[in-house]
Amino acid sequence: MSLGAVTGSGSLVATALGGQEGAGAGFQPVLPWLILALPLLGAAVNGAGAFLWRDDKRIPTIVGPAALLGSFAVVLLNFIAMSGAEPHGAAVVGLWNWIVSGDLRIGVDLQFDPLSMLMCMIVTGVGSLIHVYSVGYMRDDPGYSRYFSYLNLFVFFMLVLVLGASFPLMFVGWEGVGLCSYLLIGFWYENREYANAGKKAFIMNRIGDAGFLVAMFLIFTAFGTLDFIPVFEAAEGTLAYGGALVTGITLLLFLGCTGKSAQIPLHTWLPDAMAGPTPVSALIHAATMVTAGVYLIARTSVLFALSPVSQGVVAAVGAGTALFAASIAIRQYDIKKVLAYSTISQLGYMFLAVGVGAFTAGVFHLMTHAFFKALLFLGAGAVIHAVHHAWAHGEDGHGDARHGDPNDMRNHGGLRKYMPRTFVFMWVATLAIAGVPPLAGFFSKDEIIWYSGVYGTPILWGVALATAVLTAVYMARLMVMTFHGRNRTFGHGGVAEAGRRLHEVPAVMWAPLALLAVLSVVGGWANIPEALPLLPTVEWLHHWLEPVFAPAIAVKEAHGFAPEYRAPAGGGEALWAGVSAAIAIAAVVGTVRALSPKPVPTEAESEAPTGFARVLHDKWYVDELYDRAIVRPSLALWRACWRIVDAGLIDGAVNGAGRAARLLGWAGGQLQTGRVTTYLVAFMLGALLVLGVLS
Amino acid sequence: MIQDFLFQAFAASAILGAVIMVTRRNPVSAVIFLVGVFFATSGMFLMLDAHYIAAINVILYGGAIMVLFLFVLMLLNLGHADWRDLRGPVGGLVGGSISIAFLGVLTRLFVGGADARPVVEIAGGALREAAAEQGVVGVVARPLFQEYVIVLEVTGVLLLVAIVGTILLARGERT
Amino acid sequence: MSEAGLAGALGVNGLIALFVSAILFSIGVIGVLLRRNAIIVFMCVELMLNAANLSLVAFSRMHGIEGQIFVFFVMAVAAAEAAVGLAIIIAIFRHYEVVDLDRFRLLKW
Repeated sequence: MSLGAVTGSGSLVATALGGQEGAGAGFQPVLPWLILALPLLGAAVNGAGAFLWRDDKRIPTIVGPAALLGSFAVVLLNFIAMSGAEPHGAAVVGLWNWIVSGDLRIGVDLQFDPLSMLMCMIVTGVGSLIHVYSVGYMRDDPGYSRYFSYLNLFVFFMLVLVLGASFPLMFVGWEGVGLCSYLLIGFWYENREYANAGKKAFIMNRIGDAGFLVAMFLIFTAFGTLDFIPVFEAAEGTLAYGGALVTGITLLLFLGCTGKSAQIPLHTWLPDAMAGPTPVSALIHAATMVTAGVYLIARTSVLFALSPVSQGVVAAVGAGTALFAASIAIRQYDIKKVLAYSTISQLGYMFLAVGVGAFTAGVFHLMTHAFFKALLFLGAGAVIHAVHHAWAHGEDGHGDARHGDPNDMRNHGGLRKYMPRTFVFMWVATLAIAGVPPLAGFFSKDEIIWYSGVYGTPILWGVALATAVLTAVYMARLMVMTFHGRNRTFGHGGVAEAGRRLHEVPAVMWAPLALLAVLSVVGGWANIPEALPLLPTVEWLHHWLEPVFAPAIAVKEAHGFAPEYRAPAGGGEALWAGVSAAIAIAAVVGTVRALSPKPVPTEAESEAPTGFARVLHDKWYVDELYDRAIVRPSLALWRACWRIVDAGLIDGAVNGAGRAARLLGWAGGQLQTGRVTTYLVAFMLGALLVLGVLS
Repeated sequence: MIQDFLFQAFAASAILGAVIMVTRRNPVSAVIFLVGVFFATSGMFLMLDAHYIAAINVILYGGAIMVLFLFVLMLLNLGHADWRDLRGPVGGLVGGSISIAFLGVLTRLFVGGADARPVVEIAGGALREAAAEQGVVGVVARPLFQEYVIVLEVTGVLLLVAIVGTILLARGERT
Repeated sequence: MSEAGLAGALGVNGLIALFVSAILFSIGVIGVLLRRNAIIVFMCVELMLNAANLSLVAFSRMHGIEGQIFVFFVMAVAAAEAAVGLAIIIAIFRHYEVVDLDRFRLLKW
């Protein structure tokens, strides 16, 4: 497709959108289709490679990361172009018509606005780093080419999700990332448990997707269109403020979000998703997939602004999930599980933010979280990689089975000596997520805490603060168990052996970590609060996203939204920023002090936890509850259906038809004796019949 | 009057011969009685003004074909009575009932067919007049070589094929 | 046209010929079904053909010379059929050494 045709149809759509054209006039997207085409092409090439050149790792090594880096370059160009244009409104680029039926037109249209551009930057930027890292991490995997194919496809669908200018196109991406998460979580499908984890993710997502789908139907009946811009423009006039319809739509959309973004009650798939390769976890948790829910609410902020009930639900679920997941993370031993619950908790923060109406804060935290969570996961991957290779190196290749689980932090310890770079980067990320200034997490999280108090209720504010403490504690615990103390990889007495075998990861793996560490430091400076004007970028992100969220804020303000900028316990933003920073620092230091002297038992030595610790270790028994309440009854029901309906009725009918046919055939066969006499009699009778009819 | 008597005598002997032919266990006597039946029907053809047909019936059926049958019987050495040849009561019942049904249906058909108007109205004795005029062969030969010449040629091809097929079949398994 | 009318068109002899034809045909049927010897069954078929010829000749008095032409063709075909049929019987006999129809189950694979 030529660029002329693209911009031509794009201007056609823009004309149809009327008033929006003026806003986007200053910005014309550059090569917009290339952003999507490159990852898709990469996925196709690598997918073909999985069959055609299985053992040749050069092509996926080049094509996989290059597709993403190319896409990132185009996104960057557009980002710069959009920054230059004032005001940077929405530009919709129509690629082609997808569904045209009667008055309905659903096009493959891409929406370029500040929000989607920011998301694209995160997706392609962090995604590129993860791709580069994967080159090192997956080097020895036989499914190398397949892996990069899935990874590219994942990013492609995430970009479709983010760039889609209508609900159906977004849904395509939404389902696509669900599919890719299934493929990647179950990447090592030979392991039944891993394959089941993939299925679990897929099915949990399906529940949420049903909500999204129904919400889409409701929107279509209400508006007669599914394109974002017309829907949001007509929202205030069509839907009554606080009405049942808008509440229903938004709650159903939020159900979709809980599935995709792993919020209560559909959060259980995310910890199990750790079955996939670690860079995949980084991709799912940081750049793609789980952020989709937050993005959806940010995108449909106007609709949510119209329903205070839904906003309350979103904020409450977000806050609840944040605290709940953080409490679980404290007692986990699997390094990736800690990070998984950390992600759920941080996503809870984001939902809390968008729930109380601080949309910018939510998206801001989404961005900073993408940086430090990617860093944490890739760092954890480096640790796992190192331990795994230390065990496997020089042995019969089944080191894991002999030693235990390379993910288990009880098998780590003292790694700072062997992996100094990773150690530094991980501490940067830990301090960032814990909210220590001036790292990224401090600014974004503090903003959420602040707005949850200002826009929300004292309870939400309290929960947010408590979660901040827990976050610092579990992250510090992770660091202490992994990098400090004595090494336990080869048992308590195996330090010498560990020194020989544990090594820092190669440059292709730590270089992305370094970049992410830089981003984790400076990422938060994109939105310095007005109360702390330390840098010239005060409220930069807020201004950047203002065109997207202004309608929603306007709706809220029109219905009596006039917050008083004071914390529930009194005091201004600067004061409470200082307080939360102090809390974070105190929690980190306190945890390190408290845990460091204690020797950690190895995996084999440790006893099962008791009391409340056990409840946390066993994740509040949510999985067990679902198993008892939903999975087993449904299984029993479906088993009954299988036995009675399928095996009895359907198979009976099918087999019966077969048996009847065979019986008829047998009866017919009996007529065929092969003896002339039989045929003669039949022939005579036939002749008689013909003559009888004639006469 | 003598002609009518002769005709009825031929008819009776044809039926009689047929019944004997069907019930003979010895194939050779069955052949002989069948020849008799053919002679009797030939006589009836004569009385029905079909002189040429009567002649070739005797020559072709009574002569050539039945000699062929006899020859085969001789060749295969089957010229002796075989008690298994006739079926038992069940076969007789089936065969008899079908046969009687045929008789009924054919009788109804002929009588009913007589109800229809003749396609070509021919005055009584017209065939005899035509035969007197053109000769007994000519009255058959003229339409055969004019209107039905293509059919005649096709029949010739059929006979040729039959000859080839017969030779092939009877020659046996030699390559 | 009544019975008398048919007799009028065909003559009494014609009518008798038709009945004789029907009887001969039925005897042929009974012979085909009653006999096991393939050659005799074959002869009964010939008898049935002859019965058909008889009726054709009888009707030719009513409908014209075409009836006799048809008889001519029937005889030609019957001659061909007799030749081929007997050749088949010879071939079968060579293989099985019998011509008993009940011993053959050749019409089924």
